[in-house]
Amino acid sequence: MIDMKEPLIPVLGVVTDIRTDTPDVKTFRVVTPDGKKPFKHMPGQCAMLSMPGIGEALFSITSSPTNTEFMEFSIKKCGCVTEWLHHMEVGQQITIRGPYGNAFPVDTAFAGRDLLFIAGGIGLAPLRSVINYVRHYRDRYGKVDIVYGSRSKGDLVDYKEIVDEWCKDAGINVYLTIDREQPDWDGHVGFVPNYVKELGFDTNKTAVLCGPPIMIKFTLAGLQELGFDKTQVYTTLELRMKCALGKCGRCNVGAKYVCKDGPVFRCDELDTLPDEY
Amino acid sequence: MRKCSLTALDALFAKMAESAALYLPVDGDDGRAHYAQWQEGLHLSDALNTVRSAKDFFFPQTENLMAFKVNGKTIEIIDTRTEADDFIVFGVRACDVRSFDILDTVFLAEPADSYYANRRAHGVIISLACTRPAETCFCSTFGIDASTPAGDVVCWKTDDALYMEAKTEKGSALMAALADLTEECDTDAVKAQQATTKERMAKLPLADLTADKFGGGKTMEFFSDPAWATLSEACLGCGTCTFVCPTCQCYDIKDFDTGHGVTRLRCWDSCMYSDFTKMAHGNPRLTQVERFRQRFMHKLVYYPENNGGVFGCVGCGRCLTRCPISMNIVKVMKNLGGDAK
Repeated sequence: MIDMKEPLIPVLGVVTDIRTDTPDVKTFRVVTPDGKKPFKHMPGQCAMLSMPGIGEALFSITSSPTNTEFMEFSIKKCGCVTEWLHHMEVGQQITIRGPYGNAFPVDTAFAGRDLLFIAGGIGLAPLRSVINYVRHYRDRYGKVDIVYGSRSKGDLVDYKEIVDEWCKDAGINVYLTIDREQPDWDGHVGFVPNYVKELGFDTNKTAVLCGPPIMIKFTLAGLQELGFDKTQVYTTLELRMKCALGKCGRCNVGAKYVCKDGPVFRCDELDTLPDEY
Repeated sequence: MRKCSLTALDALFAKMAESAALYLPVDGDDGRAHYAQWQEGLHLSDALNTVRSAKDFFFPQTENLMAFKVNGKTIEIIDTRTEADDFIVFGVRACDVRSFDILDTVFLAEPADSYYANRRAHGVIISLACTRPAETCFCSTFGIDASTPAGDVVCWKTDDALYMEAKTEKGSALMAALADLTEECDTDAVKAQQATTKERMAKLPLADLTADKFGGGKTMEFFSDPAWATLSEACLGCGTCTFVCPTCQCYDIKDFDTGHGVTRLRCWDSCMYSDFTKMAHGNPRLTQVERFRQRFMHKLVYYPENNGGVFGCVGCGRCLTRCPISMNIVKVMKNLGGDAK
C-alpha cells in the first residue's frame, strides 16, 4: 500500500481579510474552512499558496507563530499568481501547503542578543514574523533596532502596525526612511544602506536583513564597514520554486536548495554558494 | 542461477505477463529500441539500449497530480491517486538500473513523493547484462559493471539461453512463479560472458575516463572555470540531453483548466530552458552559459556533495548520441579544470 501522505496536495484556506498596505502590496489573512490556523510554523518559514487554474507560488508567512488564530501573507503584485490574488475578494477559498524551509534561529542564536532588523520594501514581510515573535517573547531578547525603508511613505508595508505598535514598545527603536522627499514626510530621507551607516550601530548584536538583492548587497557591505562579521548577519532568500520539497530542482544553488536548506542563511554561508540567487 | 532456453523466451514472457504488465525494449518503426508492453508477437530488441531511459516507468514525462473543482469562491480538492498496478520492466541495462538509485535519493527522501513511491513499490526490475557496449558507453567511470547489473532479477542472454538470478525478495517471488519454465544451472556461461564483456569494456574509447577531479566541495573550483563559456557556446538550450537522461529529474507543476475543472499536472522540465528559473522580478541564470553550467555542476559536484560522493551521471551515453551539437558531459569532464586533452 502506498503512504497516502502527499506533500504536494494542499489543504483549503479561506481569505478572511484583505488589507491594502501600499499601491502594490496587500496583506491576506488566511484560515482553514473551519476557522483555524492552517498549520504551525516558525518565523522565516514559507507556504505555497495557489488558486487552481492560475498557479501556485511560494510566500513567506508574515504573521508570527505566536498568532494562533490565523496566518497572514503580505504579497506584492508582480506576476500571474500575485495579480490574481490582488483581485480576489474576502471569502475566497485558495489552497495552502507548508510550512517550508528553515526558520530564523529565534530560540538559539538570537536568544539573549540585541537584534538589528533591516528591511527594504516588501522585504519586511518575512521580518515582520520574527519582529512580532521577538515582541511577544520580549524578555528573551535584548535591545531591538528596526531600520525600514521604502520608495515612498505610501510604499511602507505595515505602516500602521509599525507606528501604532512597534514604535510604542519599550526597548524597540524604529528608524524609517524613504528614498525621496515628499510633503507629508518629516522623517529620514535616503537609501537604507546609507541610513544604517549613518546610524552607526554598535557591533555587539545580531543583524537580520531582507530586501531587494541590491539593498542586501550594499547593506551587508555597510554593516561590515561598521565592524559586523558576516556570521552576525542573517538574511532570507527567495527563488522560483514548484515543489518546495527539494525535488523539482528550481531553487538549487550550489549544493543547497533554498526551499529546504534555506530560505534563511547566515551571510557567511552564502559565501560558499555560487552567486546565482 | 536458473536458465531458460531462448526458444522458450516467448513462453517466459507470456508467463510473466499473466501476473503483471510486462514492458520490454522492442524495435520500433524508426529502427530504434523503445519500451513497449509485451504482447504475443512482440520480440525483445537486440539493441544495446532504448532511446529514452527507463525513468518514465517511475517518473513519467507527464502525470496528473490532483484535480480541483472551482465554483465561485469555493474550491474542491480532488485526490486522484490510485494504487498502481504491478508491472515488470524487462531488459533494463546496468546504467539505467543505477539511475533508479539516484532518482530514489530525490523522490523517496522525506517527505517522500507518493506518486513515485507508489510506482516504485509496484515495479519489478529485470535487468539485462550488456555484451556489446558502444563507444559512447562510460558507465565504468561511475563504478558500474555493465556485465553484472543490479536489479530485482539479473539476466544474461547468451546465444542459446537466458540466465536469471534473483537478487531481491520481489525477484525471488517472480522467479518462483517462473520455476516451471526455467531450470537450475551452473554459472560457467555467465562467467565466460562477463569476462568477454569486461575485455570489450576495457577497449572502449572512454574506458579511461575518470571523474576523480570532480565531487562534493568543488563548487568554487569549477564554477568560475572559463571553459564553461566555450563549452556552452553552441548549446541550443533544446533540453534533449535532459529528456533522454536517466537521472535528470527536474520538474514543473502546471494547472490546466479543462472548462469542467482544473487538473494539476507534473511535467519533466529542464534546467537548460531559459524560463526554468525565471521569476516575476528577474532571472538568476540569464544566459545559456549559466544554464549549461548548472546541469553539469549538478551532476558532477552538487549531487555528489549531498549524496556521499555518488555522481549524478550513470554513463549511459544517451546525451552523447542525441545532442544536436555534439556537446556532452564527457567533453565537459575533459575540458574543465584546465587539463583539456
